[in-house]
Amino acid sequence: MNTILITVISLCAIGVVAAIILYFVAQKFKVEEDPRIDTVESLLPGANCGGCGYPGCRGFSETVVKSENMDGLLCPVGGAATMSAIATALGRNAAASTPKIAVVRCNGSCENRPHTNKYDGAASCAVVHSLYAGETGCSYGCLGCGDCVSVCKFDAIAMSTETGLPVVADENCVACGACVKACPKGIIELRNKGVRNMRIFVSCINKDKGGIARKACSAACIGCGKCFKECSFEAIKIENNLAYIDFTKCKMCRKCVAVCPTGAIHELNFPPRKQVVPTVETKEE
Amino acid sequence: MLATFKIGGVHPPENKLSAKEGIKVLPVPEQVIIPLSQHIGAPATPVVGKGETVKIGQLIAKAEGFVSANVHSSVSGKVVAVDNYIDASGFSKPSITIQVEGKEWEEDIIISSRLECNITYTKDEILKMIADAGIVGMGGATFPTKVKLSPPPGSKAEVLIINGVECEPYLTSDHRVMLEKAEEVIVGVQILMKVLGVNQAIIGIENNKKDAIEKLQAITEKKIGIIVMPLKVKYPQGGEKQLIKAAVGKSVPSGGLPIAVGAVVQNVGTALAVYEAVMKKKPLIERVVTITGKSVKNPGNYLCRIGTPISKLIEAAGGMPDDATKVIGGGPMMGRAMTNIEAPITKGTSGILIMSGKEGIRNEIKTCIRCSKCVSACPMGLEPYLLRTLSENGMLEECEKEKIMDCIECGSCSYTCPACLPLLDYIRLGKGKTGAMIRSRKK
Repeated sequence: MNTILITVISLCAIGVVAAIILYFVAQKFKVEEDPRIDTVESLLPGANCGGCGYPGCRGFSETVVKSENMDGLLCPVGGAATMSAIATALGRNAAASTPKIAVVRCNGSCENRPHTNKYDGAASCAVVHSLYAGETGCSYGCLGCGDCVSVCKFDAIAMSTETGLPVVADENCVACGACVKACPKGIIELRNKGVRNMRIFVSCINKDKGGIARKACSAACIGCGKCFKECSFEAIKIENNLAYIDFTKCKMCRKCVAVCPTGAIHELNFPPRKQVVPTVETKEE
Repeated sequence: MLATFKIGGVHPPENKLSAKEGIKVLPVPEQVIIPLSQHIGAPATPVVGKGETVKIGQLIAKAEGFVSANVHSSVSGKVVAVDNYIDASGFSKPSITIQVEGKEWEEDIIISSRLECNITYTKDEILKMIADAGIVGMGGATFPTKVKLSPPPGSKAEVLIINGVECEPYLTSDHRVMLEKAEEVIVGVQILMKVLGVNQAIIGIENNKKDAIEKLQAITEKKIGIIVMPLKVKYPQGGEKQLIKAAVGKSVPSGGLPIAVGAVVQNVGTALAVYEAVMKKKPLIERVVTITGKSVKNPGNYLCRIGTPISKLIEAAGGMPDDATKVIGGGPMMGRAMTNIEAPITKGTSGILIMSGKEGIRNEIKTCIRCSKCVSACPMGLEPYLLRTLSENGMLEECEKEKIMDCIECGSCSYTCPACLPLLDYIRLGKGKTGAMIRSRKK
């Protein structure tokens, strides 16, 4: 009995002494940290995707708290809602941001862009790009090994088995930009999401002259300039035999889509066009 | 006991099918495509325009900056385009296309094949002639020769090493040059020795080219300071650092240049080009190219004008075999598969290898079992399996620590890997990215 008592008392004594030492040590070496960092972090999605450009959500929280205003700081995953929640928590005004989405600017499906050779090396776009131009005649187009798919943390991009090209899932994409960085050809671009996800873009980045581009891919932009002439908002510019639609100026009139001779300009999520049906007068008998 | 380098190395089947075939002259094609960037460094700037007539050996593009090289017309005729042309890797590169008309040579060039061996020029004159002739390393790396011959201030060359190793399987162009142009090569070596101010030159040749060794030994017997050194057959002995180790027993420090141990290495092809540039005033407009492959009808060595489409060379060797699976520019170890055989032969094309059937197809990739065969094969003492993983995961800082920049891309690791892993592909990728990271840090 006595032994047990002594053991219990001595253990308690050691515990108390250790606690006192720990208390003073903790006081001495206390790290001052802004409690707001924790608050901000708790508001963030916690995906640690790095889409904001900072090392994880903690890194982003620290930057947000330290910064004077929130200009240029955006969590692409949480979007405007998260940013305004953070702003409220910090007593600031949230900067308005337009939601963005990744857009794949290549339409070189197996049908449009026939293969000219067969690659049998490591299945990685980065490796292919370091070796040569790719399996088709187009040296700008998608390589199809899916580097963009493997870096996506949100299951928002997948290779289509039909076309062999990556397809972005509108509802999952948070515009973190991981795929943009992963694509060695620079095909993927972050563009404004648009009203009801409606987007218009040139689905090609081939800078070769029209003839060469067309020979390699039937859906290539040949830089003919028809869209440029059609656009009334100066949203389209043509550089290096390639058209580019500035999404900040585009008014989604869809006129350029109709005039493109190769079908390089794509429209997504638009309601079907009104068919101009010729009215046929039917005589009642 | 023959000398060789100490660590790593492999011995792939030699397959020197065209070793007995003498150098034949490939007919001048109807049209040549001359790329502006056939060398390491800045592309040359064109000095001729569309529609102009050019002569054989005329300067058509001028070197841009220090590390660059002049480009000359290899034919006489009319410039039909100064435009992009799709090269062997499928990318478009700026090139000059010339339609051949007649065969008018630039006046200064001495066309006769008489051997000239009186070196009367000074060091600076020779350097200028080499630079003007647009000579680059003919072994495949295509580094401008004049840069290599101008050691940075504070360093002094002590020995010139001539690379006649040709360790790549299949290739025989250097072998034939040593046999058929032996005298010219030796004069070229003497010119190089004069430029560098060295009294000693070692010609390293692998022991599988006994005829070339005998021939060169017979010529150099009376020449003071030039030694022909037979070397044990081992890949990649033609690597600059490996050859220095084999020839003089010195190790180039990590990240350093051969000049750090007082050595300058030049290829035999380069020595021949130097001879022609200095003694015949002939710029680099043609080179010997091996066309080979197990199912190629007539493997051989051809003297080709720069800019000749590769398809013409394949035709000369009996056409594309029916079972061809890959056309490789260079040898099987370091060469690259091509996607466009209409692409031109350039200053760095040492051979065209046509692989047929199963030989040309990569084996199925299995998993790494950490057998460390790649580690024992690596001639630079690196750990390829580790570098591959680091590179695949984008861990560039670690890649740098593991000395990825020391990799000479010889492919011994991929060759030896029992799991058929594409080790070199990933290492090359990581090396490129790490190099970019280091350069951006310096800025």
